[in-house]
Amino acid sequence: MEDKASRTGKIYITIVFLLLYIPIVYLILYSFSKGTTMTNFQGFSLKHYGELFADKRMLAIFLNTILIALLSSVCSTIIGTMGALAVHNAKRRHERETLLSLNSILLVSPDVIIGASFLIFFTALKLPLGFWSVLLSHIAFEIPIVLLLVLPRLDEMSPSMTNAAMDLGASPSQILSKIVLPYIQPGIIAGFFMAITYSLDDFAVTFFVTGNGFTTLSVEIYSRARQGISLEINALAGIMFIFSLILVGVYYLIETHNTGNGAKKSIVEVTDR
Amino acid sequence: MKKNFRGLFFTPYVLWLAMFVIAPVALIFYYSFFDIHHNFTLANYQEFFTSGTYLTMTANSVLYAFLITLFAILISYPMALVISKLKHRDLWILLVILPTWINLLLKAYAFIGLLSHDGLVNELFQFFGLPIQHMLFTDASFILVAAYIQIPFMILPIYNSLTDISNSYIRASRDLGATKWQTLTKVIIPMTLPGIKSGIQIVFIPSLSLFMLSRLIGGNKVITLGTAVEEHFLTTMNWGMGSTIGVVLIISMVIVMLLTNTKRKRRRA
Repeated sequence: MEDKASRTGKIYITIVFLLLYIPIVYLILYSFSKGTTMTNFQGFSLKHYGELFADKRMLAIFLNTILIALLSSVCSTIIGTMGALAVHNAKRRHERETLLSLNSILLVSPDVIIGASFLIFFTALKLPLGFWSVLLSHIAFEIPIVLLLVLPRLDEMSPSMTNAAMDLGASPSQILSKIVLPYIQPGIIAGFFMAITYSLDDFAVTFFVTGNGFTTLSVEIYSRARQGISLEINALAGIMFIFSLILVGVYYLIETHNTGNGAKKSIVEVTDR
Repeated sequence: MKKNFRGLFFTPYVLWLAMFVIAPVALIFYYSFFDIHHNFTLANYQEFFTSGTYLTMTANSVLYAFLITLFAILISYPMALVISKLKHRDLWILLVILPTWINLLLKAYAFIGLLSHDGLVNELFQFFGLPIQHMLFTDASFILVAAYIQIPFMILPIYNSLTDISNSYIRASRDLGATKWQTLTKVIIPMTLPGIKSGIQIVFIPSLSLFMLSRLIGGNKVITLGTAVEEHFLTTMNWGMGSTIGVVLIISMVIVMLLTNTKRKRRRA
Protein backbone atom coordinates (compact mmCIF):
# COMPACT_ATOMS: atom_id res chain seq x y z
CA MET A 1 0.00 0.00 0.00
CA GLU A 2 1.23 3.44 -0.75
CA ASP A 3 -0.23 5.47 2.06
CA LYS A 4 2.51 6.66 4.35
CA ALA A 5 2.30 5.59 7.96
CA SER A 6 0.80 8.29 10.13
CA ARG A 7 2.50 9.67 13.21
CA THR A 8 0.14 7.88 15.58
CA GLY A 9 0.83 4.68 13.66
CA LYS A 10 4.54 5.12 14.17
CA ILE A 11 4.12 5.81 17.86
CA TYR A 12 1.91 2.73 18.12
CA ILE A 13 4.40 0.37 16.52
CA THR A 14 7.22 1.84 18.60
CA ILE A 15 5.28 0.98 21.73
CA VAL A 16 4.48 -2.54 20.53
CA PHE A 17 8.09 -3.13 19.51
CA LEU A 18 9.20 -1.93 22.94
CA LEU A 19 6.78 -4.34 24.59
CA LEU A 20 7.98 -7.15 22.35
CA TYR A 21 11.61 -6.58 23.22
CA ILE A 22 11.50 -5.50 26.87
CA PRO A 23 11.15 -9.07 28.21
CA ILE A 24 14.06 -10.26 26.10
CA VAL A 25 16.30 -7.35 27.02
CA TYR A 26 15.29 -7.70 30.68
CA LEU A 27 16.11 -11.39 30.61
CA ILE A 28 19.55 -10.92 29.13
CA LEU A 29 20.36 -7.79 31.15
CA TYR A 30 19.97 -9.68 34.41
CA SER A 31 22.35 -12.38 33.26
CA PHE A 32 25.02 -9.74 33.93
CA SER A 33 23.77 -8.87 37.40
CA LYS A 34 25.84 -9.63 40.49
CA GLY A 35 22.75 -10.53 42.46
CA THR A 36 20.74 -13.71 42.46
CA THR A 37 17.26 -12.49 41.55
CA MET A 38 15.69 -10.78 38.57
CA THR A 39 15.00 -7.66 40.62
CA ASN A 40 17.33 -4.80 41.56
CA PHE A 41 20.23 -4.94 39.17
CA GLN A 42 23.35 -5.17 41.31
CA GLY A 43 26.25 -4.22 39.15
CA PHE A 44 27.95 -5.88 36.24
CA SER A 45 29.36 -9.35 36.62
CA LEU A 46 29.99 -12.36 34.44
CA LYS A 47 29.79 -14.82 37.30
CA HIS A 48 26.57 -16.45 36.08
CA TYR A 49 28.23 -17.19 32.78
CA GLY A 50 31.12 -18.65 34.72
CA GLU A 51 28.76 -20.86 36.70
CA LEU A 52 27.06 -21.91 33.49
CA PHE A 53 30.30 -22.94 31.81
CA ALA A 54 31.47 -24.78 34.90
CA ASP A 55 28.20 -26.71 35.03
CA LYS A 56 29.14 -30.07 33.49
CA ARG A 57 25.55 -31.27 33.48
CA MET A 58 24.44 -28.20 31.58
CA LEU A 59 27.21 -28.67 29.06
CA ALA A 60 26.13 -32.27 28.46
CA ILE A 61 22.52 -31.14 28.01
CA PHE A 62 23.64 -28.43 25.63
CA LEU A 63 25.60 -30.94 23.54
CA ASN A 64 22.62 -33.35 23.58
CA THR A 65 20.37 -30.60 22.29
CA ILE A 66 22.75 -29.66 19.48
CA LEU A 67 23.26 -33.31 18.56
CA ILE A 68 19.52 -33.96 18.40
CA ALA A 69 18.99 -30.77 16.38
CA LEU A 70 21.67 -31.61 13.82
CA LEU A 71 20.91 -35.32 13.45
CA SER A 72 17.16 -34.81 13.26
CA SER A 73 17.48 -31.98 10.73
CA VAL A 74 19.73 -34.02 8.46
CA CYS A 75 17.33 -36.99 8.53
CA SER A 76 14.20 -34.89 8.19
CA THR A 77 15.74 -32.89 5.33
CA ILE A 78 16.45 -36.11 3.44
CA ILE A 79 13.03 -37.66 4.06
CA GLY A 80 11.23 -34.34 3.57
CA THR A 81 12.94 -33.78 0.23
CA MET A 82 11.99 -37.29 -0.85
CA GLY A 83 8.45 -36.51 0.26
CA ALA A 84 8.46 -33.32 -1.81
CA LEU A 85 9.61 -35.36 -4.84
CA ALA A 86 6.86 -37.89 -4.14
CA VAL A 87 4.18 -35.19 -3.87
CA HIS A 88 5.54 -33.40 -6.92
CA ASN A 89 5.46 -36.57 -8.99
CA ALA A 90 2.00 -37.61 -7.79
CA LYS A 91 0.06 -38.53 -10.92
CA ARG A 92 -3.47 -37.70 -9.90
CA ARG A 93 -4.58 -34.46 -8.38
CA HIS A 94 -6.38 -35.95 -5.40
CA GLU A 95 -3.29 -38.05 -4.61
CA ARG A 96 -1.31 -34.85 -4.25
CA GLU A 97 -4.02 -33.19 -2.18
CA THR A 98 -4.28 -36.19 0.14
CA LEU A 99 -0.53 -36.32 0.66
CA LEU A 100 -0.42 -32.59 1.35
CA SER A 101 -3.23 -32.63 3.86
CA LEU A 102 -1.72 -35.61 5.66
CA ASN A 103 1.54 -33.71 5.64
CA SER A 104 0.03 -30.70 7.33
CA ILE A 105 -1.50 -32.68 10.21
CA LEU A 106 1.64 -32.50 12.31
CA LEU A 107 2.08 -28.81 11.47
CA VAL A 108 -1.30 -27.80 12.81
CA SER A 109 -1.73 -30.26 15.68
CA PRO A 110 -1.20 -28.87 19.15
CA ASP A 111 2.15 -29.92 20.61
CA VAL A 112 0.49 -31.77 23.47
CA ILE A 113 -1.35 -34.03 21.04
CA ILE A 114 1.82 -34.77 19.09
CA GLY A 115 3.69 -35.46 22.31
CA ALA A 116 0.99 -37.62 23.86
CA SER A 117 0.36 -39.62 20.70
CA PHE A 118 4.09 -40.23 20.19
CA LEU A 119 4.35 -41.33 23.81
CA ILE A 120 1.61 -43.91 23.23
CA PHE A 121 3.24 -44.93 19.96
CA PHE A 122 6.71 -45.47 21.44
CA THR A 123 5.28 -47.34 24.40
CA ALA A 124 3.25 -49.56 22.07
CA LEU A 125 6.45 -50.29 20.15
CA LYS A 126 8.23 -50.93 23.47
CA LEU A 127 10.88 -48.41 22.48
CA PRO A 128 12.59 -47.11 25.62
CA LEU A 129 12.15 -43.38 26.16
CA GLY A 130 15.33 -41.37 25.87
CA PHE A 131 17.70 -40.27 23.14
CA TRP A 132 16.14 -42.36 20.36
CA SER A 133 12.54 -41.51 21.10
CA VAL A 134 13.40 -37.80 21.21
CA LEU A 135 15.41 -38.05 17.99
CA LEU A 136 12.62 -39.91 16.16
CA SER A 137 9.99 -37.43 17.36
CA HIS A 138 12.07 -34.48 16.22
CA ILE A 139 12.62 -36.06 12.81
CA ALA A 140 8.89 -36.72 12.61
CA PHE A 141 7.70 -33.18 13.30
CA GLU A 142 10.40 -31.55 11.17
CA ILE A 143 9.61 -33.48 7.98
CA PRO A 144 6.42 -31.56 7.04
CA ILE A 145 8.07 -28.13 7.20
CA VAL A 146 11.01 -29.33 5.07
CA LEU A 147 8.55 -30.66 2.52
CA LEU A 148 6.66 -27.37 2.43
CA LEU A 149 9.88 -25.43 1.83
CA VAL A 150 11.20 -27.76 -0.89
CA LEU A 151 7.96 -28.35 -2.81
CA PRO A 152 7.52 -24.79 -4.22
CA ARG A 153 10.99 -24.96 -5.78
CA LEU A 154 10.12 -28.28 -7.39
CA ASP A 155 6.80 -26.97 -8.66
CA GLU A 156 8.32 -23.90 -10.23
CA MET A 157 10.97 -25.96 -12.01
CA SER A 158 10.13 -26.12 -15.70
CA PRO A 159 9.41 -29.69 -16.89
CA SER A 160 11.29 -28.92 -20.10
CA MET A 161 14.54 -29.14 -18.12
CA THR A 162 13.99 -32.75 -17.12
CA ASN A 163 12.51 -33.54 -20.52
CA ALA A 164 15.58 -32.14 -22.25
CA ALA A 165 17.83 -34.16 -19.95
CA MET A 166 15.83 -37.28 -20.68
CA ASP A 167 15.98 -36.68 -24.43
CA LEU A 168 19.72 -36.28 -24.18
CA GLY A 169 19.87 -39.72 -22.62
CA ALA A 170 20.29 -38.96 -18.91
CA SER A 171 19.32 -41.74 -16.53
CA PRO A 172 16.80 -41.00 -13.76
CA SER A 173 19.56 -40.87 -11.18
CA GLN A 174 21.54 -38.47 -13.36
CA ILE A 175 18.49 -36.26 -13.78
CA LEU A 176 18.03 -36.23 -10.05
CA SER A 177 21.61 -35.49 -9.12
CA LYS A 178 22.52 -33.14 -11.97
CA ILE A 179 19.28 -31.29 -12.65
CA VAL A 180 16.69 -31.57 -9.92
CA LEU A 181 18.76 -31.47 -6.73
CA PRO A 182 20.91 -28.49 -7.78
CA TYR A 183 17.77 -26.63 -8.75
CA ILE A 184 15.92 -27.23 -5.49
CA GLN A 185 19.04 -26.88 -3.32
CA PRO A 186 18.03 -23.47 -1.87
CA GLY A 187 14.74 -24.97 -0.70
CA ILE A 188 16.58 -27.89 0.85
CA ILE A 189 18.95 -25.59 2.74
CA ALA A 190 16.09 -23.42 3.95
CA GLY A 191 14.29 -26.57 5.08
CA PHE A 192 17.37 -27.76 6.93
CA PHE A 193 17.68 -24.51 8.87
CA MET A 194 13.99 -24.40 9.62
CA ALA A 195 14.25 -27.96 10.92
CA ILE A 196 17.11 -26.97 13.23
CA THR A 197 15.14 -24.11 14.69
CA TYR A 198 12.07 -26.30 15.14
CA SER A 199 14.20 -28.80 17.00
CA LEU A 200 15.89 -26.21 19.22
CA ASP A 201 12.58 -24.53 19.94
CA ASP A 202 10.58 -27.58 20.80
CA PHE A 203 9.58 -28.16 24.36
CA ALA A 204 6.22 -29.90 24.59
CA VAL A 205 6.86 -32.89 22.35
CA THR A 206 10.28 -33.54 23.89
CA PHE A 207 8.81 -33.20 27.36
CA PHE A 208 6.40 -36.05 26.66
CA VAL A 209 8.82 -38.49 25.07
CA THR A 210 11.99 -37.77 26.98
CA GLY A 211 11.67 -40.23 29.85
CA ASN A 212 13.93 -39.85 32.86
CA GLY A 213 17.55 -40.03 31.81
CA PHE A 214 17.64 -37.73 28.81
CA THR A 215 17.11 -33.98 28.79
CA THR A 216 17.27 -31.15 26.28
CA LEU A 217 17.75 -27.48 27.03
CA SER A 218 14.05 -26.60 26.79
CA VAL A 219 13.07 -29.31 29.25
CA GLU A 220 15.88 -28.31 31.59
CA ILE A 221 14.85 -24.65 31.48
CA TYR A 222 11.29 -25.67 32.28
CA SER A 223 12.20 -27.75 35.30
CA ARG A 224 14.55 -25.06 36.61
CA ALA A 225 12.06 -22.27 35.99
CA ARG A 226 9.45 -24.19 37.97
CA GLN A 227 11.78 -24.01 40.94
CA GLY A 228 12.07 -20.26 40.62
CA ILE A 229 14.58 -17.73 39.42
CA SER A 230 18.17 -18.74 38.86
CA LEU A 231 20.31 -16.27 36.96
CA GLU A 232 22.15 -19.16 35.38
CA ILE A 233 19.08 -19.53 33.16
CA ASN A 234 19.46 -15.87 32.22
CA ALA A 235 23.04 -16.50 31.21
CA LEU A 236 21.84 -19.45 29.19
CA ALA A 237 19.26 -17.18 27.57
CA GLY A 238 22.04 -14.77 26.63
CA ILE A 239 23.99 -17.51 24.93
CA MET A 240 20.96 -18.98 23.20
CA PHE A 241 19.99 -15.51 22.00
CA ILE A 242 23.35 -15.03 20.32
CA PHE A 243 23.09 -18.55 18.94
CA SER A 244 19.70 -17.86 17.38
CA LEU A 245 20.93 -14.50 16.05
CA ILE A 246 23.68 -16.37 14.22
CA LEU A 247 21.15 -18.90 12.91
CA VAL A 248 18.82 -16.12 11.75
CA GLY A 249 21.76 -14.38 10.12
CA VAL A 250 22.84 -17.47 8.22
CA TYR A 251 19.26 -18.26 7.28
CA TYR A 252 18.59 -14.81 5.88
CA LEU A 253 21.89 -14.74 4.06
CA ILE A 254 20.83 -17.91 2.29
CA GLU A 255 17.33 -16.59 1.73
CA THR A 256 18.46 -13.29 0.21
CA HIS A 257 20.98 -15.21 -1.87
CA ASN A 258 18.08 -17.34 -3.11
CA THR A 259 15.87 -14.40 -3.93
CA GLY A 260 18.81 -12.90 -5.77
CA ASN A 261 18.83 -16.05 -7.88
CA GLY A 262 15.29 -15.50 -9.02
CA ALA A 263 13.25 -17.42 -6.47
CA LYS A 264 10.38 -15.10 -5.74
CA LYS A 265 9.45 -16.60 -2.41
CA SER A 266 9.01 -13.87 0.15
CA ILE A 267 11.19 -14.10 3.23
CA VAL A 268 8.24 -13.65 5.48
CA GLU A 269 6.06 -16.41 4.15
CA VAL A 270 8.66 -19.02 4.97
CA THR A 271 8.61 -18.43 8.68
CA ASP A 272 4.89 -19.00 9.21
CA ARG A 273 4.43 -21.76 11.73
CA MET B 1 10.75 -41.41 -14.30
CA LYS B 2 10.75 -45.15 -13.93
CA LYS B 3 8.30 -46.65 -11.57
CA ASN B 4 10.72 -48.32 -9.15
CA PHE B 5 12.69 -45.11 -9.02
CA ARG B 6 9.61 -43.21 -7.96
CA GLY B 7 8.94 -45.83 -5.32
CA LEU B 8 12.30 -45.01 -3.85
CA PHE B 9 11.09 -41.54 -2.84
CA PHE B 10 7.65 -42.65 -2.01
CA THR B 11 8.58 -45.36 0.45
CA PRO B 12 10.39 -43.42 3.21
CA TYR B 13 7.91 -40.59 3.11
CA VAL B 14 4.81 -42.76 3.08
CA LEU B 15 6.36 -44.89 5.80
CA TRP B 16 6.80 -41.73 7.85
CA LEU B 17 3.20 -40.72 7.18
CA ALA B 18 1.95 -44.11 8.30
CA MET B 19 4.15 -44.36 11.37
CA PHE B 20 4.22 -40.85 12.75
CA VAL B 21 1.01 -39.28 11.48
CA ILE B 22 -1.64 -41.93 11.03
CA ALA B 23 -0.60 -44.46 13.67
CA PRO B 24 -0.26 -41.99 16.59
CA VAL B 25 -3.59 -40.32 15.86
CA ALA B 26 -5.25 -43.72 15.53
CA LEU B 27 -3.66 -44.80 18.82
CA ILE B 28 -5.01 -41.74 20.63
CA PHE B 29 -8.52 -42.58 19.43
CA TYR B 30 -7.99 -46.21 20.39
CA TYR B 31 -6.70 -45.45 23.89
CA SER B 32 -9.58 -43.09 24.58
CA PHE B 33 -11.81 -46.16 24.83
CA PHE B 34 -9.81 -47.80 27.61
CA ASP B 35 -9.85 -47.18 31.31
CA ILE B 36 -6.87 -47.18 33.66
CA HIS B 37 -6.95 -51.00 33.99
CA HIS B 38 -6.96 -51.37 30.23
CA ASN B 39 -10.55 -52.53 29.87
CA PHE B 40 -12.61 -51.41 26.93
CA THR B 41 -15.09 -48.77 28.05
CA LEU B 42 -16.95 -45.66 27.05
CA ALA B 43 -16.67 -44.35 30.58
CA ASN B 44 -14.01 -41.79 29.68
CA TYR B 45 -16.34 -40.05 27.29
CA GLN B 46 -19.21 -40.42 29.70
CA GLU B 47 -17.15 -38.87 32.45
CA PHE B 48 -15.97 -36.08 30.20
CA PHE B 49 -19.43 -35.07 29.08
CA THR B 50 -21.22 -35.48 32.39
CA SER B 51 -18.74 -34.27 34.97
CA GLY B 52 -18.82 -30.58 35.60
CA THR B 53 -15.06 -30.28 36.02
CA TYR B 54 -14.19 -31.38 32.50
CA LEU B 55 -16.90 -29.31 30.88
CA THR B 56 -15.99 -26.14 32.78
CA MET B 57 -12.35 -26.85 31.98
CA THR B 58 -13.15 -27.10 28.28
CA ALA B 59 -15.24 -23.95 28.42
CA ASN B 60 -12.46 -22.12 30.29
CA SER B 61 -9.89 -23.37 27.88
CA VAL B 62 -11.86 -22.17 24.88
CA LEU B 63 -12.49 -18.86 26.61
CA TYR B 64 -8.77 -18.36 27.36
CA ALA B 65 -7.83 -19.27 23.80
CA PHE B 66 -10.51 -16.94 22.49
CA LEU B 67 -9.28 -14.03 24.63
CA ILE B 68 -5.66 -14.70 23.68
CA THR B 69 -6.59 -14.74 19.99
CA LEU B 70 -8.74 -11.63 20.34
CA PHE B 71 -6.00 -9.60 22.06
CA ALA B 72 -3.50 -10.86 19.53
CA ILE B 73 -5.69 -9.68 16.63
CA LEU B 74 -6.43 -6.32 18.24
CA ILE B 75 -2.75 -5.59 18.75
CA SER B 76 -1.46 -7.23 15.58
CA TYR B 77 -3.79 -5.77 12.98
CA PRO B 78 -2.83 -2.10 13.40
CA MET B 79 0.76 -3.23 13.80
CA ALA B 80 0.74 -5.10 10.49
CA LEU B 81 -1.09 -2.21 8.85
CA VAL B 82 1.49 0.36 9.92
CA ILE B 83 4.46 -1.88 9.10
CA SER B 84 3.11 -2.57 5.62
CA LYS B 85 3.18 1.18 4.96
CA LEU B 86 6.73 1.72 6.17
CA LYS B 87 9.63 2.34 3.87
CA HIS B 88 11.87 -0.50 5.02
CA ARG B 89 9.04 -2.84 5.84
CA ASP B 90 11.08 -6.00 5.25
CA LEU B 91 13.47 -4.92 7.94
CA TRP B 92 10.69 -4.11 10.39
CA ILE B 93 8.93 -7.39 9.80
CA LEU B 94 12.25 -9.10 10.46
CA LEU B 95 12.20 -7.44 13.87
CA VAL B 96 8.76 -8.95 14.43
CA ILE B 97 10.04 -12.40 13.52
CA LEU B 98 13.17 -12.23 15.64
CA PRO B 99 11.46 -12.83 19.04
CA THR B 100 9.89 -16.00 17.63
CA TRP B 101 13.36 -17.49 17.31
CA ILE B 102 13.87 -17.25 21.03
CA ASN B 103 12.87 -20.28 23.01
CA LEU B 104 9.33 -20.02 24.33
CA LEU B 105 10.38 -21.22 27.76
CA LEU B 106 12.91 -18.41 28.07
CA LYS B 107 10.26 -15.84 27.21
CA ALA B 108 7.91 -17.32 29.79
CA TYR B 109 10.75 -17.32 32.29
CA ALA B 110 11.41 -13.64 31.62
CA PHE B 111 7.83 -12.91 32.64
CA ILE B 112 8.29 -14.75 35.92
CA GLY B 113 10.85 -12.07 36.70
CA LEU B 114 8.92 -9.17 35.16
CA LEU B 115 5.64 -9.90 36.91
CA SER B 116 7.06 -11.03 40.25
CA HIS B 117 6.39 -9.23 43.52
CA ASP B 118 9.31 -6.79 43.15
CA GLY B 119 9.67 -7.12 39.40
CA LEU B 120 9.85 -4.37 36.83
CA VAL B 121 6.11 -4.07 36.35
CA ASN B 122 5.43 -3.58 40.05
CA GLU B 123 8.27 -1.08 40.24
CA LEU B 124 6.56 0.87 37.49
CA PHE B 125 3.29 0.66 39.37
CA GLN B 126 4.98 2.03 42.47
CA PHE B 127 6.54 4.80 40.42
CA PHE B 128 3.08 5.90 39.33
CA GLY B 129 1.80 5.57 42.87
CA LEU B 130 -0.21 2.41 42.29
CA PRO B 131 -0.32 -0.38 44.86
CA ILE B 132 1.76 -3.50 44.30
CA GLN B 133 -0.20 -6.19 42.49
CA HIS B 134 0.14 -9.93 42.70
CA MET B 135 0.25 -10.66 39.04
CA LEU B 136 2.06 -13.95 38.80
CA PHE B 137 -0.13 -17.06 38.92
CA THR B 138 -3.32 -15.35 37.82
CA ASP B 139 -5.54 -15.88 34.77
CA ALA B 140 -4.75 -12.40 33.53
CA SER B 141 -1.01 -12.97 33.55
CA PHE B 142 -1.46 -16.24 31.69
CA ILE B 143 -3.48 -14.52 28.97
CA LEU B 144 -1.00 -11.65 28.82
CA VAL B 145 2.04 -13.88 28.38
CA ALA B 146 0.29 -16.18 25.91
CA ALA B 147 -0.82 -13.18 23.83
CA TYR B 148 2.74 -11.82 23.99
CA ILE B 149 4.09 -15.07 22.62
CA GLN B 150 1.45 -15.37 19.90
CA ILE B 151 1.45 -11.78 18.59
CA PRO B 152 4.27 -12.26 16.05
CA PHE B 153 2.50 -15.30 14.66
CA MET B 154 -0.63 -13.20 14.21
CA ILE B 155 1.19 -10.24 12.64
CA LEU B 156 2.88 -12.32 9.93
CA PRO B 157 -0.14 -13.73 8.06
CA ILE B 158 -2.00 -10.40 8.32
CA TYR B 159 1.07 -8.57 7.04
CA ASN B 160 1.38 -11.03 4.17
CA SER B 161 -2.20 -10.53 3.09
CA LEU B 162 -1.84 -6.74 3.44
CA THR B 163 1.17 -6.65 1.16
CA ASP B 164 -0.72 -8.77 -1.36
CA ILE B 165 -3.36 -6.05 -1.85
CA SER B 166 -2.74 -4.19 -5.04
CA ASN B 167 -2.46 -0.43 -4.77
CA SER B 168 -5.06 0.06 -7.47
CA TYR B 169 -7.81 -1.09 -5.11
CA ILE B 170 -6.86 1.53 -2.56
CA ARG B 171 -6.60 4.20 -5.23
CA ALA B 172 -9.90 3.17 -6.77
CA SER B 173 -11.69 3.37 -3.45
CA ARG B 174 -10.21 6.82 -2.86
CA ASP B 175 -11.15 8.01 -6.32
CA LEU B 176 -14.69 6.85 -5.71
CA GLY B 177 -14.81 9.11 -2.69
CA ALA B 178 -14.26 6.72 0.19
CA THR B 179 -12.84 8.16 3.37
CA LYS B 180 -9.76 6.59 4.93
CA TRP B 181 -11.95 4.81 7.44
CA GLN B 182 -14.25 3.50 4.72
CA THR B 183 -11.30 2.26 2.70
CA LEU B 184 -10.06 0.43 5.77
CA THR B 185 -13.34 -1.17 6.77
CA LYS B 186 -14.83 -1.79 3.33
CA VAL B 187 -11.73 -2.62 1.29
CA ILE B 188 -8.65 -3.45 3.32
CA ILE B 189 -10.14 -5.50 6.16
CA PRO B 190 -12.36 -7.66 3.91
CA MET B 191 -9.43 -8.30 1.61
CA THR B 192 -7.18 -9.36 4.50
CA LEU B 193 -9.75 -11.71 5.96
CA PRO B 194 -7.84 -14.78 4.73
CA GLY B 195 -4.77 -13.50 6.59
CA ILE B 196 -6.77 -12.94 9.76
CA LYS B 197 -8.25 -16.42 9.46
CA SER B 198 -4.93 -18.14 9.05
CA GLY B 199 -3.67 -16.06 11.98
CA ILE B 200 -6.57 -17.35 14.06
CA GLN B 201 -5.68 -20.88 13.02
CA ILE B 202 -2.06 -20.41 13.98
CA VAL B 203 -2.84 -18.79 17.33
CA PHE B 204 -6.07 -20.34 18.58
CA ILE B 205 -5.18 -24.02 18.33
CA PRO B 206 -1.86 -23.86 20.19
CA SER B 207 -3.47 -21.59 22.78
CA LEU B 208 -5.75 -24.45 23.77
CA SER B 209 -2.75 -26.49 24.78
CA LEU B 210 -0.14 -24.17 26.26
CA PHE B 211 0.38 -26.31 29.33
CA MET B 212 3.89 -25.07 30.07
CA LEU B 213 2.65 -21.49 30.26
CA SER B 214 -0.27 -22.34 32.49
CA ARG B 215 2.15 -24.18 34.78
CA LEU B 216 4.85 -21.50 34.86
CA ILE B 217 2.77 -18.33 34.72
CA GLY B 218 -0.73 -19.43 35.70
CA GLY B 219 0.50 -21.38 38.70
CA ASN B 220 -1.73 -24.37 38.95
CA LYS B 221 -4.83 -22.23 38.90
CA VAL B 222 -5.24 -22.04 35.15
CA ILE B 223 -6.17 -25.47 33.89
CA THR B 224 -6.61 -25.85 30.16
CA LEU B 225 -7.19 -28.89 27.98
CA GLY B 226 -3.45 -29.04 27.37
CA THR B 227 -2.67 -29.05 31.09
CA ALA B 228 -5.17 -31.85 31.61
CA VAL B 229 -3.65 -33.98 28.85
CA GLU B 230 -0.19 -33.45 30.29
CA GLU B 231 -1.36 -34.32 33.79
CA HIS B 232 -3.17 -37.48 32.73
CA PHE B 233 -0.26 -38.70 30.66
CA LEU B 234 2.68 -37.81 32.84
CA THR B 235 1.40 -37.54 36.40
CA THR B 236 -1.68 -39.65 37.03
CA MET B 237 -0.84 -42.05 34.19
CA ASN B 238 -4.49 -42.31 33.22
CA TRP B 239 -3.79 -42.48 29.50
CA GLY B 240 -7.36 -43.36 28.61
CA MET B 241 -8.75 -40.14 30.05
CA GLY B 242 -5.80 -38.20 28.66
CA SER B 243 -6.52 -39.60 25.21
CA THR B 244 -10.20 -38.73 25.54
CA ILE B 245 -9.28 -35.11 26.24
CA GLY B 246 -6.84 -35.38 23.36
CA VAL B 247 -9.65 -36.50 21.07
CA VAL B 248 -11.71 -33.51 22.21
CA LEU B 249 -8.73 -31.28 21.41
CA ILE B 250 -8.36 -32.85 17.97
CA ILE B 251 -12.06 -32.36 17.27
CA SER B 252 -11.96 -28.73 18.37
CA MET B 253 -8.91 -28.28 16.17
CA VAL B 254 -10.82 -29.67 13.19
CA ILE B 255 -13.75 -27.36 13.95
CA VAL B 256 -11.46 -24.33 14.05
CA MET B 257 -9.83 -25.41 10.81
CA LEU B 258 -13.20 -25.84 9.11
CA LEU B 259 -14.42 -22.46 10.37
CA THR B 260 -11.32 -20.64 9.20
CA ASN B 261 -10.62 -22.52 5.99
CA THR B 262 -11.83 -20.45 3.09
CA LYS B 263 -8.79 -20.68 0.91
CA ARG B 264 -9.80 -23.73 -1.05
CA LYS B 265 -13.22 -22.41 -1.97
CA ARG B 266 -11.74 -19.17 -3.12
CA ARG B 267 -9.25 -20.84 -5.37
CA ARG B 268 -11.92 -22.86 -7.08
CA ALA B 269 -14.18 -19.89 -7.62
